[in-house]
Amino acid sequence: MVANINTLNRDNIKNITREKMKTKINVKNLNLWYGKNHALHGINLDIYKNKITALIGPSGCGKSTFLRCINRMNDLITSVNIKGQIVIDGKNIYDKDVDEVSVRKRIGMVFQQPNPFPKSIYENVAYAPLKHGIVKKGIQCDELVEQSLINAGIWDEVKDILKEPGTGLSGGQQQRLCIARTIAVQPDVILMDEPTSALDPISTEKIEALMLELKKDFTIVTVTHNMQQAARIADMTAFFHLGDLIEYDETEKIFINPKEKKTEDYITGRFG
Amino acid sequence: MSIKNLKMKKMKKQNEKNIFYDSSLKKRHASAKRFKIFAMSSLVTAIAFLVFFISDMLIKGLPALQQTYVQVEITYNDKSMKSPRGSVDRKLRRIVSRAAIREIPRQMQNNPQLKNTTKFKWILADDQVDQYIKGNYYKLKNKDKQKVDELKKQNRVELRFNSIFFTHGDSKIPEFAGIKSALIGSIFTLLVTMAVSFPIGVMTAIYLEEFADDNKFTQIIEVNINNLAAIPSILFGLLGLAIFINLFGLPRSSALVGGLTLALMTLPIIIVTARAALRSVPDSIRQAGYGLGLTKIQVVRDHVLPLAFPGIMTGTIIGLAQAMGETAPLIIVGMIAFIPDSPSSITEAATVMPAQIFTWAGMPERAYIEKTAMGILTLLTVLISLNAIAVYLRKRFETKW
Amino acid sequence: MKLNKKSNTIFESKNRSTQLKENAIKYLLIAASTISVLTTFGILFSILFEAIEFFKLKSFFYFLTGTEWSPGVEGSKFGAVPIFAGTFVITFIAMAVALPIGIFSAIYMSEYATNSIRSKVKPLLEILAGIPTVVYGFFAAITVAPLIVKVCEVIGLQASFNSALASGIVMGIMIIPVISSLSDDVISSVPDSQRKGALALGLTTAETIKSVVLPAALPGIISACLLGVSKALGETMIVVMAAGLRPNLTMNILEDMTTVTVRIVDALVGDQAFDSPATLSAFALGLALFIVTLILNIISVYYIRKFKSKYKVNSL
Repeated sequence: MVANINTLNRDNIKNITREKMKTKINVKNLNLWYGKNHALHGINLDIYKNKITALIGPSGCGKSTFLRCINRMNDLITSVNIKGQIVIDGKNIYDKDVDEVSVRKRIGMVFQQPNPFPKSIYENVAYAPLKHGIVKKGIQCDELVEQSLINAGIWDEVKDILKEPGTGLSGGQQQRLCIARTIAVQPDVILMDEPTSALDPISTEKIEALMLELKKDFTIVTVTHNMQQAARIADMTAFFHLGDLIEYDETEKIFINPKEKKTEDYITGRFG
Repeated sequence: MSIKNLKMKKMKKQNEKNIFYDSSLKKRHASAKRFKIFAMSSLVTAIAFLVFFISDMLIKGLPALQQTYVQVEITYNDKSMKSPRGSVDRKLRRIVSRAAIREIPRQMQNNPQLKNTTKFKWILADDQVDQYIKGNYYKLKNKDKQKVDELKKQNRVELRFNSIFFTHGDSKIPEFAGIKSALIGSIFTLLVTMAVSFPIGVMTAIYLEEFADDNKFTQIIEVNINNLAAIPSILFGLLGLAIFINLFGLPRSSALVGGLTLALMTLPIIIVTARAALRSVPDSIRQAGYGLGLTKIQVVRDHVLPLAFPGIMTGTIIGLAQAMGETAPLIIVGMIAFIPDSPSSITEAATVMPAQIFTWAGMPERAYIEKTAMGILTLLTVLISLNAIAVYLRKRFETKW
Repeated sequence: MKLNKKSNTIFESKNRSTQLKENAIKYLLIAASTISVLTTFGILFSILFEAIEFFKLKSFFYFLTGTEWSPGVEGSKFGAVPIFAGTFVITFIAMAVALPIGIFSAIYMSEYATNSIRSKVKPLLEILAGIPTVVYGFFAAITVAPLIVKVCEVIGLQASFNSALASGIVMGIMIIPVISSLSDDVISSVPDSQRKGALALGLTTAETIKSVVLPAALPGIISACLLGVSKALGETMIVVMAAGLRPNLTMNILEDMTTVTVRIVDALVGDQAFDSPATLSAFALGLALFIVTLILNIISVYYIRKFKSKYKVNSL
């Protein structure tokens, strides 16, 4: 039995007394259809600024679909129909006068499979900022590239091989390169779609540590199949099941004392 | 401030409130739109070429479907037997086709009752009259032109379906020229082509897919097939000339030599499509056969081949269609002679449809332009039918594993 | 019951006659497979042999560098430079038409068009590929060439009825599907993750294509381009029917000029004796054509391999 989602959220906010968390993203009654298939059922959710929010749930529950709604990547699929609002800093990104390209400037995304461009490491990081006019070619750009690579925790490994192709790096390094190019665009929010599921444990560890660092400057929303990962790094966790948001609370509360039976079943491994 | 300025200011203010609007994006979006439009117009241009080309062929060729006939009085008597030209009134002699006049003695022989009679008959008009009636450039003397106009007023001029085009071979008399001999020549040539390239191609494909190991020999064969596909067609003509005609001494201009030359050109297509067809048969079928104790040959012959057969057929038809349109190599081996009668064996001199088109295109008389265009339409119709059959076969026998 | 001493197992040994049959069929298949190899060498050697006969009579050096080609009976010279030049000019015009139209049509079909548009348009382009070249030649000679002459008259230029421009344009139309089909396959094979990555960074579709997709597809596109050039060089009917017969060394595309393939045809359909230099020149030209197209094909295969290995694509 799914409790009223709206009361759930308000309960959560009442319970949070430690610090006043600012809402960065406010999702209101988000519905999505793939053709006739109703994939997301009236999602209501608040994502908090400078926190890591993890989206967990069994395969096919809609968490990746939901993630892609936040930076309007689902718009690229022709059979998709979206109703509802996602309000970021006071503006609904699904309004008619919003340019989805500018949405993606402020909301970056890192994918499950590292996908660096077939360009040099430097160009991978520099390309989008130059295109957006954030920096000019030359020293300004060099500095941005260096800073992004440092913040992505990969500068020392690549500082001498900036001209080498990005595809020549190892899997974990490629993913950090992708993180570097995402933060080079200076977004507010970084979405991560299972960023470590294709990587080895050591790279995973590095990237988890990176995420904890990054949340100081960015709001991070990550989809993960790995519940231990969510438990390790996420401040807030949202549990999705078959297109519904079942429960959303501080991570500790979700894992130690879940309110919904479905949540408990999933966490204890009874399904998914 | 004017209303326009006020409106713009309002929009600017609105946009400033809208954090998801960037003025620099305007330029980028405009550039993106231009790019998309450029890409689309390239595609449209390509299709426009196609449309322009087809309509040009239709405009030039469809008039050839009709031929001008005139109704004149023909006198059948002994004088007409010896000099048939005399059977028609002198003023009308240049208006009727020489070919039709040539037929008159034979008609009298077959029909003795015609003797000593005068009949009104519809016969084929001369090609210049035909061009005049169709509104093209013509070379008629003024009095002939007047005579035709007279006949027209008397309703003695008519356009009829041009069955001659399909029932007669080439002729030096334009109105009498048809594509039949070239069609028969094409059929003979393609029979030879298929008889040679089909077995060799399929056997090669079977060897490469079912039997060959991954060694140097196999690699050499595969590289060679790739190269063969890329060699310009005219060089196959040189091969045909040097080896089939000079070395083997086969008759020049014959369907045999043409067919052999085309067979070598068609090999790569058949091999590639047959291989794809064989590859698409799932391995489980083979494993089942081996599991039952069958030999490799039995498995391939009785189980794999039948399943791959539709795909092989499709590839063969596509190869056939390509061979049908080839001209250059056949010109080199001599198949562009003037062939009025259809060949009756593969060793007789023959011509093929594209070569006939080529020959007609080079003729000075304007009437041949129509014939050429009509020949092109005929050839294209045959090709489209062949391709349609191939597509139909592919769809019909497409088994989903 | 006496057990056959030889077969002390329950499995029979292979019947001798079936073994022979199996082997015979296998060798038959091998024989068939070697025919393709024999053909390639057959073409090479027959052309080489006759070309050598030609070079016994006429200078090889002059053939490659001489600028006069006059196969008359007295004092015949066989300098092939004007013929090579004519071939290159017409090929260049053809590629100038086919490359942009082919590549951008491929871009539109693979990146912008919906599935329904793509499925309707792709067969149309295939039709362009299936039209026999003699038909293109007729079109070039009867429609395009006079059109060019007329248009040039209007602008005040003079064009020949056998202008290089006419044959070049029609040849370009013929080559469009070669370029667009392979480019389309290659561009579609670029992994979607690359596009997603670029779009997620806030790039427009056009920027994604220009900066990520096209560079990734470049080896394949180069391969398509080389294939197109090879086809243009070897094309015969269009130029035989619409281009000129006289060797003409010029850059003016409105003039008539001739190509290698035209001269090959002309040398072999006449009444000259087979071992006269005029006839044998066809084989010398054929040899040049064979070598150049072979090299282009090898380079093209190299580039396609490069693309395939980069993206582990097997469908090409």
